[in-house]
Amino acid sequence: MTAPYIMLVDDEVPFVETMSKRLVKRGLKVIAADSGNDALVKLGQESKVDVIILDVKMPGMDGLETLQEIKKRYPIKEVIMLTGHATVETAIEGMKLGAFDYLMKPCDLDILMSKVQEAFKKKHEHESKIDKARIDKLVLTRGY
Amino acid sequence: MNKDKHKKYYQSLTRNMILTAIIVSFTPMLLVICILLQQFRISYHEKTYAHLSELVQKHKQNIDSFLNEKLANIRFLTVNNSFETLNDKEFLQEKLLILRRDYGNVFVDLGIVDEKGVQLAYAGPYELENAEYSDADWFKKAMRMDPFISDVFLGLRGYPHFIVAVKKRETGRDFLVRATIDFMAFNSLVQNLRVGKTGYAFILNREGAFQTNPAMEYQPSHKGYEFFWTAVEKTKNKILITRWQDDAGMENLYAVGSLKDGQWLLIVKQLTSDAFSDLKRMLNIAVVIFLIGAAAIVFMAFYTSRRMVRRIRRADQDKENMNEQIIETGKMASIGELAAGIAHEINNPVAIMVEEAGWIGDLLEEEEFAQGENLEEFNRALKQINTQGKRCKEITHKLLSFARKTDATLKDVQLNDIVTEIVSLSAQMAKYNKVSIETQLQKTLPYITISPSEMQQVLLNLINNALDAMEKTGGTIQVSTKISEVESEHIVIIVEDDGPGIPEANLLRIFDPFFTTKPVGKGTGLGLSICYGIINKMGGKIDVHSTIGKGTRFRIWIPIQK
Repeated sequence: MTAPYIMLVDDEVPFVETMSKRLVKRGLKVIAADSGNDALVKLGQESKVDVIILDVKMPGMDGLETLQEIKKRYPIKEVIMLTGHATVETAIEGMKLGAFDYLMKPCDLDILMSKVQEAFKKKHEHESKIDKARIDKLVLTRGY
Repeated sequence: MNKDKHKKYYQSLTRNMILTAIIVSFTPMLLVICILLQQFRISYHEKTYAHLSELVQKHKQNIDSFLNEKLANIRFLTVNNSFETLNDKEFLQEKLLILRRDYGNVFVDLGIVDEKGVQLAYAGPYELENAEYSDADWFKKAMRMDPFISDVFLGLRGYPHFIVAVKKRETGRDFLVRATIDFMAFNSLVQNLRVGKTGYAFILNREGAFQTNPAMEYQPSHKGYEFFWTAVEKTKNKILITRWQDDAGMENLYAVGSLKDGQWLLIVKQLTSDAFSDLKRMLNIAVVIFLIGAAAIVFMAFYTSRRMVRRIRRADQDKENMNEQIIETGKMASIGELAAGIAHEINNPVAIMVEEAGWIGDLLEEEEFAQGENLEEFNRALKQINTQGKRCKEITHKLLSFARKTDATLKDVQLNDIVTEIVSLSAQMAKYNKVSIETQLQKTLPYITISPSEMQQVLLNLINNALDAMEKTGGTIQVSTKISEVESEHIVIIVEDDGPGIPEANLLRIFDPFFTTKPVGKGTGLGLSICYGIINKMGGKIDVHSTIGKGTRFRIWIPIQK
């Protein structure tokens, strides 16, 4: 199991930058995006992203819309919602739409790390199951 | 200054109301009274005049017929008897007896007087045979006029009387048959005529001398009466009614009619005040009624105006208070919005700051800094930044919850259920503080339509505050609900503790946002202002009483909707 590949999405660029550095220092691979659109474009380029940390409140395409779009295109990827206190309801709404969990800003980095790990593990399990199913199918079709 | 202006405003309002009430009530009352009185006066005058006029008319006829009757008696005697027969004392005495028998003592005596004025024969109580009348006034007039009735005079006998004389011519010589009419008998005709208390009648001759005894003692000069003569002559035999001031300065009412072919006047005189005494009494009654009415009107005008203005004043005061409350509520609402905005805007920078501090911490872990002199200090400073960042976060979270609309969905709820729920939630916490929570709930509370989560928030805030206040001392919190006896159609919730109480200076500001007495970092000062806002929104009221050392009592009134 390799280190998780993270995408950070937030319109607050300094926040994203610092957070990226800290996560990288903890051994994660990180890519940053500063809007929902940017995130979708970059996801198209980088197919290896495992977990997306997504701010709820953003100008333009907001967190919920972005989440729905991501889940539509890449259902296997896990999303963690990042929210201010005022938007907890939105975050909960996001979980109904398939987000893995939510965290409140400013968040403790250790908690974030453990959540990321959990999400990554879940995604990994899913992938393994899918792989296994594919192999089984492949084996059957080969007709041994 | 403002208060002065208000006072003046209410004073002028009171004055205007009083004046309006008085004018509006007085004007019709005065008009009605004046018109009625005037009408009454006119008709009363007419009635009085008519009565007097009729009276005088009747008596005038009486007296005239009395005089004519006496004259006719003597004329009958004269015409039917010759001088020879008449000039006989015995015959005259006989005739006098017959006359006295028929008419009472009206005829005093009878006599025959020759053309030279010597009484030839006489029948009567006095010794007047051969009496000499040639110089007497009546004799001269009687010789000229036939028949003749004299004015009243004293004559030879020194006693008031008057004479009825008839002239006859026989054998070329004139002679007179005369009779004396008793003054008293004649006088009684007039003297018995009385009107009211002061009205009496008398007869005057051309010279203005009394022909009867006036009933009243005083003797007025008769100068004024000359006026009557001219006036009566003008009215031609009708009854004249006039007012005249007599010598005593009293105004009198006179009714005058002419007698004896215009030689005498029959006058009825009555004091005006007496004649119109009924009118005066009526006037007095009217004045008394008017004064009582006026007093009542003035009193009522003052009383009702004062009361009305007092009510208006109270209403104005209420309105003002309401305005203040609305402003207060509005202020709180805008503070809430502001707080929410600030909280949101601050949240992101704080997050960045905390992240940056975290990043520095991460870097410090690298070896090149491990031996750094001030590493310890750096770490402490970073930890502090982290702690304060978290504190900021907590504050912004609370601010946001202050502004954020909690679940405001209205439901029909039993208030006691909410109280029980919150009390059981707080019970654990209370145990740590050595506080016991007691409830006293009225079982028959009606259902009310409120937002349960808002109500929970309010109760939780109040109980938490009480718990905080009694952190060191411990004690009892009493939560009770009942139908309010002070405010009708309200349920009252009372949260009462026996903690240290709240100083008076703080009591006034207790519902202000950001007002707190808790140590820095412990309280945001928003709890009670949230409660205040919620209760206000429900249309209720919240108040607080506190005594230092004895405890604090919060009361919440919530209206019962129908």
